[in-house]
Amino acid sequence: MEVNEQIAIDHGLKKDEYKKICDLLKRSPNLTELGIFSAMWNEHCSYKSSRLHLKKLPTKGKKVIQGPGENAGVIDIEDGDAIVFKIESHNHPSFIEPYQGAATGVGGIMRDVFTMGARPIANLNSIHFGSPQHKKTKNLLRGVVHGIGGYGNCMGVPTIAGQTSFDSSYNGNILVNAMTLGLVKKNKIFYSKAAGLNKPVIYVGSKTGRDGIHGASMASASFDEKIEEKKPTVQVGDPFTEKLLLEACLELMAGDSIIAIQDMGAAGLTSSSIEMASKGNLGIEINLDKVPCRETKMTPYEIMLSESQERMLIVLENGKEDLAKKIFDKWNLDFAIIGKTTNTKKIELFFDNKQVANIPVKTLVEDSPMYNRKWKKTKLPKKNKIKKDIYKKLNIKDVLKKVLSNQNICSKEWIWRQYDHTVMGDTIQKPGGDSGVVRVHGTDKAVAASVDSSAVYCWAHPLTGGKQVVAESWRNLISVGATPIAITNCLNFGSPENENNMGEFVECVQGIGEASKYLNFPVVSGNVSFYNQTKEVGIKPTPSIGGVGLIKDYKKMVTMDFKKIDNLVLVIGKTEGHIDQSLFARAILDEKNGPPPEVNLFNEKNNGESLLNLINKDYIQSAHDISLGGLITAISKMCIQGNKGIKLKKANNFVNELEYLFCEDQGRYIIEIKPEDLKEVTNLLDKNSVHYDELGIITDKEMIINQKTKLTIDELKSYYTNWLTNYMSA
Amino acid sequence: MKSSVITFPGSNCDRDMDVALKKFGFKNSMVWHNDNELPKSDLVVLPGGFSYGDYLRCGSMAAKSKIMQSVINFAKSGGLVMGICNGFQILVETGLVPGVLLRNKYLEFICKNVFVKLDNKENTYFKNLDKKVLEFHIAHNEGNYFCTKDQLKEIEDNNQIAIYYCNNEGKVEDQFNPNGSLKNIAGIFNKEKNVLGMMPHPERMIDQSLSGEDGSIFFKNLINNIK
Repeated sequence: MEVNEQIAIDHGLKKDEYKKICDLLKRSPNLTELGIFSAMWNEHCSYKSSRLHLKKLPTKGKKVIQGPGENAGVIDIEDGDAIVFKIESHNHPSFIEPYQGAATGVGGIMRDVFTMGARPIANLNSIHFGSPQHKKTKNLLRGVVHGIGGYGNCMGVPTIAGQTSFDSSYNGNILVNAMTLGLVKKNKIFYSKAAGLNKPVIYVGSKTGRDGIHGASMASASFDEKIEEKKPTVQVGDPFTEKLLLEACLELMAGDSIIAIQDMGAAGLTSSSIEMASKGNLGIEINLDKVPCRETKMTPYEIMLSESQERMLIVLENGKEDLAKKIFDKWNLDFAIIGKTTNTKKIELFFDNKQVANIPVKTLVEDSPMYNRKWKKTKLPKKNKIKKDIYKKLNIKDVLKKVLSNQNICSKEWIWRQYDHTVMGDTIQKPGGDSGVVRVHGTDKAVAASVDSSAVYCWAHPLTGGKQVVAESWRNLISVGATPIAITNCLNFGSPENENNMGEFVECVQGIGEASKYLNFPVVSGNVSFYNQTKEVGIKPTPSIGGVGLIKDYKKMVTMDFKKIDNLVLVIGKTEGHIDQSLFARAILDEKNGPPPEVNLFNEKNNGESLLNLINKDYIQSAHDISLGGLITAISKMCIQGNKGIKLKKANNFVNELEYLFCEDQGRYIIEIKPEDLKEVTNLLDKNSVHYDELGIITDKEMIINQKTKLTIDELKSYYTNWLTNYMSA
Repeated sequence: MKSSVITFPGSNCDRDMDVALKKFGFKNSMVWHNDNELPKSDLVVLPGGFSYGDYLRCGSMAAKSKIMQSVINFAKSGGLVMGICNGFQILVETGLVPGVLLRNKYLEFICKNVFVKLDNKENTYFKNLDKKVLEFHIAHNEGNYFCTKDQLKEIEDNNQIAIYYCNNEGKVEDQFNPNGSLKNIAGIFNKEKNVLGMMPHPERMIDQSLSGEDGSIFFKNLINNIK
């Protein structure tokens, strides 16, 4: 088939991009070459709209071993140990086919982590669905949860934390972001940079089939009515093969046979081979007849663009072929020597004794398009003037009931009890807390991880929203007693070709950058997902932040459940009554305008570090950060988990009582301390100029908000625990 | 005391079981599914996981793997064989214990703590245990025990039911049945009580910082009984 401009456009390339390809090659590409260009130059692989802005993120730090640019980021957790971690989106495929889309998202991110030599020790996920009333929501939720569980459970990696939200902006584009943490010895990390000439290039894992062809291109476009036709672009996962691949790779990695290794993820054999060659400044020659195929008569085009799962590409040391083959034979996996490294700096493909592609690697990587897209700044919205007489009609108990049973606050146990969160025997904080925590096997250390996003704040003011998500991640780690180390980000946005969506992206990234720089909480890995858009309607901007921190002595870990009657409860940080964009404003007052709460990075850092200091001095019995739903929601969760009540003091505060209870001012934590420690604790807080208020005292079984408002713990539980189960069984 | 844990392709609780057995004093060996011979053992454990991806039917392919002939011979000569979760599914596929394990009643994977009531202490696994109710942990998709009426009668006549799902007080009622198992059955023996298959994972309950410590009680008692 003769390639022309129309065929290039059908591959998702723009006219001028096609012209650039012809100029770079000094000829027209053939169909296989065009396919390769379209795979490498699409948004998903080339980051062409985002690169310019991502460069500005802080990526370095004392604990950073590897920042963005590899399969995943790597941080130092001392004693020669390191954590490899990354978050990645699988949004588009999950909407088309929720089970397989979500499952292969989990499979893909685990591969990114064990490609680097790390054994996965924890999975997390951030999943976002349309309005509960939307006809597709229930099935999508069920399919995604089954898919995540189906893959992660089979792999034997615990799913320790996550986040779920519902918002009508996801009606036509759900989000599925999967994150994995792996453990590796610092001196046994593997990279994707090829080195040396005439080194064998090895294909291992599953056979190549016709599934997922053009998956990455599909994920680089908006949806329209023809979405059903895209089903064949969704990959099909096989967690059993991935488990074998994991064990086989780790077995081979124990020795010194591997020069470079790269998993075949988006754009399959194309991107893996090109990435290894590009990083090594080498060429690569592949004989496509040698690629193990699942189906007959696959063409070079199909072999290069297939996104069949559970495959890896390895550049091996000469002479190690037999040793490696023996390991993959033991695990019943395909093993094929398909090519070699060369000095041509080209990717050369052969099939049926003919050369079928010959492209300089540089043209696919460095010469790929980069756009400085137009973008629009979002002004900080004006504060709402909420008339106080609206409050008079509201009863605290009714409001609390509605807030606790709101879909974005209520217990997500229906989801996480379907994930194996205890396998590997090191999960010391299971889902439902501020962060999931796993021990570093056989040591006193533990690693905490959390995943967060606040699309509503980002939508109202992207710059503030971007900062807020990073701050919330930081708080969630501190609340369990972990020292925050670094983050990974998954940036889910609408079309970059729309200047409003692009503006949301640019300013969220700016906010993330500012906060992570200030908090010394660098970005070590991530991914961008644009075109979460159906026709002209994009999602609310949803950057997901995955934070990782270290607890040096796991016995010092903190949980949120109230521990003991008569202990005192304090709030760290100032409560000022910011109601705009709070769950209370949106769900109770039906007020969608106004700015999100301000993020004061000085206070975040100061409050967080002071709390961490108190935790390390063993003063803190329980802790929980205040986020969605405000102070009383946070306290309710601590009562429910601890099966204890609280008697609140009258607030020594000028703000309205409802605003006081439900506002979402940032930088706050609830803490429980022993009465005898009050003086030392408040002295320490005073010394660091940290604002705090005494809230009340822990009681047996009742939450007493004021003389008129009392709730039993059973009432709180029934509001909080039932919504999702009822929704899913209705 | 020597133990062996079999690793099948897709096993994923083999390491956890190894850790638990060693913690309570067993000298444990990991045995590959493709080996012919079992090392000399006082206890053989078939661990949890997804052997052969649970394809065809949970446990069915593992039941036919090379090492299993040796495990079956060991069991038939009176050796202690314990199958946990997927290991239980493998045991029913070999016919060493009666019945089958269907998909959970609500068609969902369940991961949570459960209480189990011990029914029968006339065996090496539970003899001398003070407690009647243990808190264990389950994590499975196919743990819904089922057998024919005739089989049930035989099982009951022979006291082959090892543990039932119950509440913390030992009440065996439908509301405490997490997966729809017949009669709340969580684990059963063979006739001779040397083979035990159960869905709960005692190896995930061996540490105060984890889900609980009743697994420690189980393993400590087990090694003492074997000595």
